[in-house]
Amino acid sequence: MKTLYTVLDHPATKWVFIVFALVMPLASLLTWAERRQSAMMQDRLGPNRAAPTFAPWLKLKGILHFVADAIKMISKEDFIPGNVHRGLFTLAPLLAIGPVLVAFAIIPFGPTIYPHALDGTLDPLALAQDPGGKDFLDSIRMQVASFDYGLIFYFAVLTLANYGGTLAGWASYNKWALLGGLRSSSQMMSYEVAMGLSLMGCFLLVGSLEPGYIVTAGASSKLSPSNPLNWLWLWQFPALILFTTASIAETKRAPFDIPEGEPEIIGYFVEYSGLRWGLFFLAEFIEIVFVAAVITTVFFGGWQVPFLDGDGFRFGGYMVETNGQLVSTGGFVLKVPHALVSALQVGAFGLKVILVCWFQLLVRWTLPRFRADQLMNLGWKLLLPLALAWTMVSALFKLAAMYFGWV
Amino acid sequence: MGASTDGGHGHGGHGDAEPGDAAAGPTVISVSKVSPRVRTIAVVRPTEHDVTYLEATRKGLGVTLRHFMKNFFGRRRPAEALARGEVVTAKSFIPWNEIETIQYPEERTHYPERFRGLHRLMQRDDGTVRCVACMCCPTVCPANCITIIPAEIDEHGVEKAPALFEIDELRCVVCGLCVEACPCDAIRMDSGMHAKPVEERGHAIMTREMLLGVSGEAGKDPKSTATQGGEGPAWRE
Ligand code: SF4
Ligand code: SF4
Repeated sequence: MKTLYTVLDHPATKWVFIVFALVMPLASLLTWAERRQSAMMQDRLGPNRAAPTFAPWLKLKGILHFVADAIKMISKEDFIPGNVHRGLFTLAPLLAIGPVLVAFAIIPFGPTIYPHALDGTLDPLALAQDPGGKDFLDSIRMQVASFDYGLIFYFAVLTLANYGGTLAGWASYNKWALLGGLRSSSQMMSYEVAMGLSLMGCFLLVGSLEPGYIVTAGASSKLSPSNPLNWLWLWQFPALILFTTASIAETKRAPFDIPEGEPEIIGYFVEYSGLRWGLFFLAEFIEIVFVAAVITTVFFGGWQVPFLDGDGFRFGGYMVETNGQLVSTGGFVLKVPHALVSALQVGAFGLKVILVCWFQLLVRWTLPRFRADQLMNLGWKLLLPLALAWTMVSALFKLAAMYFGWV
Repeated sequence: MGASTDGGHGHGGHGDAEPGDAAAGPTVISVSKVSPRVRTIAVVRPTEHDVTYLEATRKGLGVTLRHFMKNFFGRRRPAEALARGEVVTAKSFIPWNEIETIQYPEERTHYPERFRGLHRLMQRDDGTVRCVACMCCPTVCPANCITIIPAEIDEHGVEKAPALFEIDELRCVVCGLCVEACPCDAIRMDSGMHAKPVEERGHAIMTREMLLGVSGEAGKDPKSTATQGGEGPAWRE
């Protein structure tokens, strides 16, 4: 049993789980959801009839369209034009998709599970007092890697993904593709700054860059981290708007899709076809999932279910400090077994991610594309100063809060 | 460039993101006495709503969200009502949504009575083709898509019949002139069917036999009520 838990707790296992159980299905389904949702927003029905030839009744509202897309992309001709730089041409799609998958390592997608406590209810107080107790000997932390520099890692790795677009444009031996690649890199550069700065207030308030810590701590030490009022969306609402804007720009989708600009200005992957193009396409959707995961984790309490603490639903509790850890206790408790708590929390994370993805699709199908100058103005003249200002405000607030003992 | 005073005031309130809106001209505050071309003009600064796009975004999201919610949770209107373009007034516990899609092969819009569909060739009582190869329809056809090679026959007092009668449905512009030109009600477009999808261009050419068979496919009477020809070969004597 010991080895089983070690294997389950191994980063590789967890990464495979999060990528193949959460990210890939969600990203592929998004390709269908996007078309259906945009149709609903425009009073249409959208694709709803892909079905295997041997089972034409198996329509499932068209969910199988993503399978059809995959089959189509795999079986299409993979055309490589003459004069392209073959090495970079091949590398670019991988560079677009690889870093995003790596970045998922920092996302906590569930609570820490204690296998020996699975048959009963977890006692958070006992856990805080005696982390080495027999119930807590083995633990499976639902986060691939918890670096102290957590979100900085995300910014760093996602910068690499921008090379994907730029290199694709450069390697394609096509002027339009090159221009698209340049647009892509300039846009990414402009928005990454604002994106990083917009989260600065959150870091100041929580005191950590580690996403797992942000989820388990919340903004205030007076409220349980599972209390929705303790999630950062309330404390850092301007940051939420700034970060959402900047991160939608990072996904290179409308209204920020001038790197691609499919219908009029040709984008950086104009020379790509077949599966290579499919990789770019998939990378875009994986980025949506990733941005949704980050927004969920930082602003919406990650895997926390409202009012669900480790031992059950608690109303009217308070926080006590035990052994250097804050534990929510007291109040009216509706006991829930540890296994169910864990399942609920993982499910809550998935649900929140889906909702944020849905919101991103809503934005994408509402707003028209920005002009290049509007894009740069918004990034440099608006988001950046506002993010800086908000960082100052957050710092002052934190100072005052520490001085008066508010949080 | 005369100093324009009209239109300037309204301009300031517009709050367009473009300060240099050329058509209205700038609001002139003062003109230099020394050199009239030197003027002080009011600069139209974009309002915060224009710069942040917040107001527009909020409005737009409201519109799309309303449509999405209505269509996602609502109930699809009956296909027959959609097909006829009718407003559904019947009460429903779940409100009707606004989806306009008619799912084509299974559901169809209401076709008008005089809808010009796939051609069909009419038959005589004995099943032979009514066409007398008078060449009116290939002559009038603006798309030149009817090919007829006439042959000589001698029955029912009729002397000619098409040995070959072909219509290229890909070239046909569905104008209906062939039907109007026909003196003996031999060709009609009332089948209510569309030209069949084909994988090769050649397959879109309907032969005489195919055109004769359309009546059966469309479930229409292949016989015409109009009389044709004389009393038989005897009329010539
Ligand atoms: S409908 Fe018009 S175009 Fe078509 S065959 Fe008849 S005359 Fe020609
Ligand atoms: S006009 Fe009528 S009778 Fe004359 S060739 Fe055409 S189909 Fe035949």
